Amino acid sequence: MADFLALIVAKYNYWLYIILMMIGLYAMIAKNNLIKKLVGMNIFQTAIILFYVSIGYKTEGTIPIIQNAHGDHGSHGAVIQAADYINPLPHVLMLTAIVVSVATFGVAMALCVRIYQRYQTLEEDELRMRLSEK
Amino acid sequence: MVTMISIKPLLAVLVPLFVIPVLVSSSSKPNVRESWIFVSGTIVLALVLSMLPAVLAGKQLVLTLFEIAPGAALAFRVDGLGMLFALVASSLYIVTSIYSIGYMRGLNEHGQTRFVSFFALAISATIGAAFSANLLTLYLFYEILSLATYPLVAHHQDETSRISGRRYLTFILGTSIGLVLPAMIYCYHVTGTLEFSTAGIFSGQLSKPQATVLLLMFVFGFAKAGIMPFHTWLPAAMVAPTPVSALLHAVAVVKVGVFSIVRVMTGIFGVDLLADFNLGVVVMSIASVTILLGSCIALSQDELKRRLAYSTISQLSYIIFGVALLSPQGLLGGVIHIVMHAFGKITLFFCAGAIYVATGKKYISQMTGLGKKMPFTFTAFFIGALGVIGLPPAGGFYSKWNLILGTLEAQQTIFMVVLLVSSFLNAFYFLPIVYKAFFGKSEEEDGSPVKIQEANLCLVIPLIISAIISIVLFFYPTVFINLIKVGLNI
Amino acid sequence: MDNYPALIVIAPLLGAFFAGLAAWIEKRLSYPIALAALGLSLFSAVNVLMQVIASGTIQYRMAGWAPPMGIEYRIDLLNAMVLVLVSGIAFLNLIASYKSVIQETTDRAESFYVIYLLFCVGLLGVVATGDLFNLYVLIEITSLTSYTLIALGDRDRGPLAALNYIFIGVIGASFYLLGVGYLYIKTGSLNMMDVANILSGIQGSTTVLVAFFLCIIGVWIKMALFPLHVWLPNGYTYAPVAFSRVVAPLMTKVMVYVMIRLMISVFGYDYIFTELNLGQAVVWLGTIAVLAGSIMALSQKNLKKMLTYIIVAEIGYMVGGAWLANELGMTGAILHIVNDALMTFALFLAVGNIAYKIKSTDLANLKGLFGRMPWTMAGFVLAAFSIIGVPPTCGFFSKWYLVLGAFEAGAYHFAAALIFSSLICAVLFFKVFEICFFESRSNGHGDAHGHGDSHSTVIVEEAPISMLVVSGLVSISLIVAGLYSGTIVNTIILPFLR
Repeated sequence: MADFLALIVAKYNYWLYIILMMIGLYAMIAKNNLIKKLVGMNIFQTAIILFYVSIGYKTEGTIPIIQNAHGDHGSHGAVIQAADYINPLPHVLMLTAIVVSVATFGVAMALCVRIYQRYQTLEEDELRMRLSEK
Repeated sequence: MVTMISIKPLLAVLVPLFVIPVLVSSSSKPNVRESWIFVSGTIVLALVLSMLPAVLAGKQLVLTLFEIAPGAALAFRVDGLGMLFALVASSLYIVTSIYSIGYMRGLNEHGQTRFVSFFALAISATIGAAFSANLLTLYLFYEILSLATYPLVAHHQDETSRISGRRYLTFILGTSIGLVLPAMIYCYHVTGTLEFSTAGIFSGQLSKPQATVLLLMFVFGFAKAGIMPFHTWLPAAMVAPTPVSALLHAVAVVKVGVFSIVRVMTGIFGVDLLADFNLGVVVMSIASVTILLGSCIALSQDELKRRLAYSTISQLSYIIFGVALLSPQGLLGGVIHIVMHAFGKITLFFCAGAIYVATGKKYISQMTGLGKKMPFTFTAFFIGALGVIGLPPAGGFYSKWNLILGTLEAQQTIFMVVLLVSSFLNAFYFLPIVYKAFFGKSEEEDGSPVKIQEANLCLVIPLIISAIISIVLFFYPTVFINLIKVGLNI
Repeated sequence: MDNYPALIVIAPLLGAFFAGLAAWIEKRLSYPIALAALGLSLFSAVNVLMQVIASGTIQYRMAGWAPPMGIEYRIDLLNAMVLVLVSGIAFLNLIASYKSVIQETTDRAESFYVIYLLFCVGLLGVVATGDLFNLYVLIEITSLTSYTLIALGDRDRGPLAALNYIFIGVIGASFYLLGVGYLYIKTGSLNMMDVANILSGIQGSTTVLVAFFLCIIGVWIKMALFPLHVWLPNGYTYAPVAFSRVVAPLMTKVMVYVMIRLMISVFGYDYIFTELNLGQAVVWLGTIAVLAGSIMALSQKNLKKMLTYIIVAEIGYMVGGAWLANELGMTGAILHIVNDALMTFALFLAVGNIAYKIKSTDLANLKGLFGRMPWTMAGFVLAAFSIIGVPPTCGFFSKWYLVLGAFEAGAYHFAAALIFSSLICAVLFFKVFEICFFESRSNGHGDAHGHGDSHSTVIVEEAPISMLVVSGLVSISLIVAGLYSGTIVNTIILPFLR
């Protein structure tokens, strides 16, 4: 049990993202209201962003800006240690992923507006009923 | 075996195909359209005939078009067997096109352009099947033929033809996709080739149960051959206009089925393998059942075309029966029955159509006494019937004779009895029609105000021609015999 | 020119930009710009294919950054072929779309073209890229544009279908993204080649296993493998016809390509089939997809919807074939990407023509279509035969390889499913043919005789010539592709696999 707890604590970032992801997935599947589904979708996507951001993090690392690197080309003694800097790549990737998720969210919202204009409701069961009447 | 590359088989397939756009574009001018059919038919026959001497001399004309996979190309090879079949189909195509002019115009049918176009497509596919060098090509043309015939069967576009068309497709397409296709791919999987060769393509890869299953899949899968229980499409397809029944359902389509089975037995399995596994008897038993049952059902049919259809079912099995004897005499008798039956049966169908156009009568019971009014038609019918029964002086005698000799040669006396019984049945269901037509009393003497006479010339001339050929074949079957001997190495 | 690989993707991207810009000035300008952009893209793709066949794989570095740091376009035989396929179909569809776009999205034709071009950018990029994260972004570009375009379709159901597609699409893409994350944890690289090299030295890692499953499941969701298909039929049915014509043949096929790319170029055969030994299980999935797709198609009353279920079945063909773990099966799967794209395209082109004229694709409204639209129906019949698998159309030959592969792998259930699905498709299409062939004459005329020639009674109302030409061209290409499938296999697929 103690081992298990240690595992959870040591990898808490993974557990956190998985929990978030499941919350999002639950909302997407179980909720009846389309907006709630959208919120779930956003939580789902955010969980993954969190995962990426956390894997780039290093304890006691700093932001990856190398000082005085220009000009004298790092020739003044101190060797640059990769371990001193957090990994910037996952963070950069997430910039793109955030853009994607925002865009998706935007399109989804626009669709919701369209649906609401047409049917005056965003409850899925009501929509289904209206559609089957046609 | 001497082979030479030739483009002629391809041309023979393409000519009817390329004439289709011409037919469609001249749909408003029936005479122009019909003359194009005639021209293309003649060209095809000329092409086929021009290959005849080379084939008789023991050469094979080959042409590979597309290499799909190693050992499975789209390729033509003209050998004796293919030549024989192509000769029958292409010569009868011309005769039938004269006939269909008379028939379609006589009944003022709708959609004549569609009709002749698909007819041309069907002929193209038939010639292609005859000249196929391997099972893949054969399957390709087999399928094209199935699909091209559907609009012909369903030509009337009414409820009956819809049901018949559905049954036609269910049986033909269902069996070819469901049975032949997997069997063919399995053969390729095992051997890596599908090329026909007289020795067969297997060399010990198959156990007896496997070979049996495969052979049965092929025999039943080529349902165009009408082996029971996959025969019911043929009587159903009789709703089609008579030229279709005549050329396609007595000659082209059904014989492509039989031809395919013959090809598979002689070219894929090889006679030796079948003999080793003793599979000939299996096929022969299946064929015998169809022969006898087909004849019996034919006896009970009153609609003339349906009787002819059941007769066809039973006669087709003669061919398979003969090949399954696996003896030279049996092979000869079986394969030559392709020719003899073709000319005999097409005559009968022509007569049925001519009677229908002239009198509107479909049922045998209504035909009493018609012989005196339509003497040519019924004389031709008599000759055709002789050919199918196998009596001299019609060509059919020759095939039946050889089949019986074949059973003796293969020492299968029981099966000889099947042949004899069936021949009696044939005589029973054909000869009374002729007898009653000539010597019976017409019931409607007073009832019908319209005077019944022979149908128009376009209908009568083809049936006279095919009847005469039936007789000629009795005296001069040499060409075909030689073709078979060249084709099957016997 | 060395920049052809980039041009394939850049041309429609710039085209989208300029088409949008030009629409401010003159709305009619956006169509020719879109056409020119896709034409250039197709031209480049053909050039690249020639180049790859002649001199092997092209590695194109975006902006000169060397991989694994920079993004690399890595064009080998497989994606060169798929690039030509995608750009060709996108281009041809645009030609055919002019009239139907105007008909369906009257006031927003120019935005349709812009988003359409972006959709093509996404698809082409997905195929061209050699970078795992780049792949994710491009998949999302493709998906985003297709959500939008689907919503432009049927006014009642389009937006809802698109929204449901978004929910599932996001889950699929996120799974894939997570998988890439795990791969990155293990390998520290995103370049496919690089990752594959590092992975070949790693054995028995749980991280890689998780990454593999996440990636593959993500891709399966996006390609609509049964039972993950639920978004597809509605989405494709209610899209505007000009878009469903291109999304139906391409989207799923490109995702199949991604799956094959991941299998071959990232995780590797050995890992999947030897270490995990997943082949048989997935072939079963494929089998079930084939059967389920075919059977569900049977109960449809709308032609378009019926076709979408056939797509579900066809996905099963390709997934099953790819996971048979032998060369024949993979050959069949890759060949089927090409063939299925072509035949689905041909089918939807015909459906597009029908929808344009009849304004409906319900089966009940298709009566007498053979007489009214003979050319369209001729194209439809050819495409249908190809789906059924009648030689010499191309569908037969990919099925040939798939069944052979199934025999070799001993997966007889898969072979049986393929044959069964052919039979079902025959039933399906002949059901349609029957409606189109028979029911024209049933009204009013008691007997079938004596109407004279049918041409005099039925008025031919065909679709516009641009649609007809494309439809005819693609239908003929089905036969050409079938006859030359030996060539395709020998010059492209086998060299790629060996």
